[in-house]
Amino acid sequence: MSVDTVATAPPRTPSPPRRRRSRARSREERVWGTLRVVTIVVLALVTIVPFLYMLVLSVRPIAEVLLDPGRLWVSPSEFTADTYREVLTSVDDGGQGFLQYMGNSALVATVTVIVTLVASILGAYAVSRLAFRGRGASGALFLVVYLFPPILLAIPLFVLFSQLSLRGNLLALAIVYVAQTVPVAIYMLRNYFATIPVSLEEAALIDGCTRFGVIRRISLPLSMPSLIATGLYVFMIAWNEFLFALLFLVERRDNWTVSLGLSRLSGSIEVPTTVLMAGSVVLTVPIIALFFLAERMLVEGLTSGAEKG
Amino acid sequence: MPRTDTLARQESRLAYRLISPTLLIVLVVVVLPVIWTISLAFQDVRLINLRDAGFFGEYNLDNFSTVFGSSGFWSSLWITVVYTVGATLGSIAIGLVAALALRRPFRGRGLLRAAMLLPYVAPVVAATFVWSVALNPQFGIVNAWGTRFLGWDEPVPFLSQRDYSVGLFGVDVTVPLALLTVIAFEAWRYFPFAFLFLIARLQALPGELDEAAVVDGTSIWQRFRHITLPQLMPVIALLTILRFIFTFNKFDDVYLLTGGGAGTEVVSIRVYEFLTARTDIGAAAAQSLVLAAVLTVFIAVYLRTAGARGETS
Repeated sequence: MSVDTVATAPPRTPSPPRRRRSRARSREERVWGTLRVVTIVVLALVTIVPFLYMLVLSVRPIAEVLLDPGRLWVSPSEFTADTYREVLTSVDDGGQGFLQYMGNSALVATVTVIVTLVASILGAYAVSRLAFRGRGASGALFLVVYLFPPILLAIPLFVLFSQLSLRGNLLALAIVYVAQTVPVAIYMLRNYFATIPVSLEEAALIDGCTRFGVIRRISLPLSMPSLIATGLYVFMIAWNEFLFALLFLVERRDNWTVSLGLSRLSGSIEVPTTVLMAGSVVLTVPIIALFFLAERMLVEGLTSGAEKG
Repeated sequence: MPRTDTLARQESRLAYRLISPTLLIVLVVVVLPVIWTISLAFQDVRLINLRDAGFFGEYNLDNFSTVFGSSGFWSSLWITVVYTVGATLGSIAIGLVAALALRRPFRGRGLLRAAMLLPYVAPVVAATFVWSVALNPQFGIVNAWGTRFLGWDEPVPFLSQRDYSVGLFGVDVTVPLALLTVIAFEAWRYFPFAFLFLIARLQALPGELDEAAVVDGTSIWQRFRHITLPQLMPVIALLTILRFIFTFNKFDDVYLLTGGGAGTEVVSIRVYEFLTARTDIGAAAAQSLVLAAVLTVFIAVYLRTAGARGETS
């Protein structure tokens, strides 16, 4: 499953049939060129329109939506921000309490990122720089964590957390997320560490620097882009996660994450769809904003490593 | 050489120290739970007698005979396979088309490339919510447009109808509507992932072969089929296996779209139902184990056939 094999695979080249068709060429190119433009337009519509729809519904009054469901724009007269007010104010003040849920999500995601990064920096450094028995088995770690369905882990963790009365605890949830993200984080960081010249570290070791000193003063500063990408990816997974949040937090409304809050409320009839759309926007915007800030780093870090999805 | 020996030992001791936090977390949150699940699967455990259920109980095969004996499990397994194969192929096919279309630069490509990742980055709860509202028969935009512009006789209940008959060339064909919708969602949500890997590889391909083939007068389709595609095959193989694993184990997407109703009950959702609604922990554990076992078999078969094909060619 290593991506290295992908990059080094030799190109296979069957000899193309020799045929002269220069007259047909321009017509052929036109056909494919048109097809390409059509494809690009369709792809743009398919990816952007659902999010546009989300945004539009979140600022239209529910009565208008029911009256004219096929409209993909907002007329200035019907524009309303009440949906956002309702979704963000706390439950005590008659709202849906999403501000609090966002705080919970941010807390869980931040703790997950910090713990995962610390564990994976140390682990990735060991795997990429130090010789030890079992070094090659780090791929097995990957397999162990991702081969088993999360629902399989959920059963014993549900039991364990119930017995320790840790169910409903946000930090306990973060530890579960750490286990789910640490293999992919190690994978992404390891690839990056491998590109740092060893001679730099050796020089520092000779100058009397300890290994931890090397990690702190040399590896970390040099791998900042990769660290940011990995941190972002982990944040994304933790912020978006749903299953474990559902199993562990469902009875503790004050500890709900945004994802859980939205999914619980979308089942009830009392909350208007437009208000929930505002909730979706609130849930989606932080992730998209973070993503666009660091898109290039994230994409490079991902495709040179592997993925969890 | 005793000196290098101690240095090597020092190094490996340090390595173990560095990797121990990771191992500890994975051990506690993944490995032990897996072992515990295996133990639970062989015991009669319900939520009520959970507190007494230890690691050493009365082991028997009752849960497995219940699981294998119920028709619900087999249909659920079949749905999981159809769903996984459909979603994996769909996402890779769309990803490939997208990567080919965006291969050469054009104005606004950077922006479009970023936009194409939206389905993958957006939270699953938000994405499924938008889809279920858009597909809603009463106030969804898809049905509003379908009835207004496409001449649909009545709104289509995309997510709540198991079988739907469509007239195709004068013949009525019954299709598993909800399942197809869920597969479409999954392909939509994960094609950006395939797209990312494929376009990264496409842009790293050497241009000489393609140019030589152009001189030789080959058609665009021939060049794709015989030059580009073979070079992409290793990435496609990797994507297939990654997507297959993740989709096979998927819970949230289907649960959030249909709740497992209308013929979309994949095994993960069935396990969840046994765990929460029926509180039959033993049977839930047994089913999740079977799920993991089936996945392992699929991957082993895939790796073997892929490996064999790699050797012969």
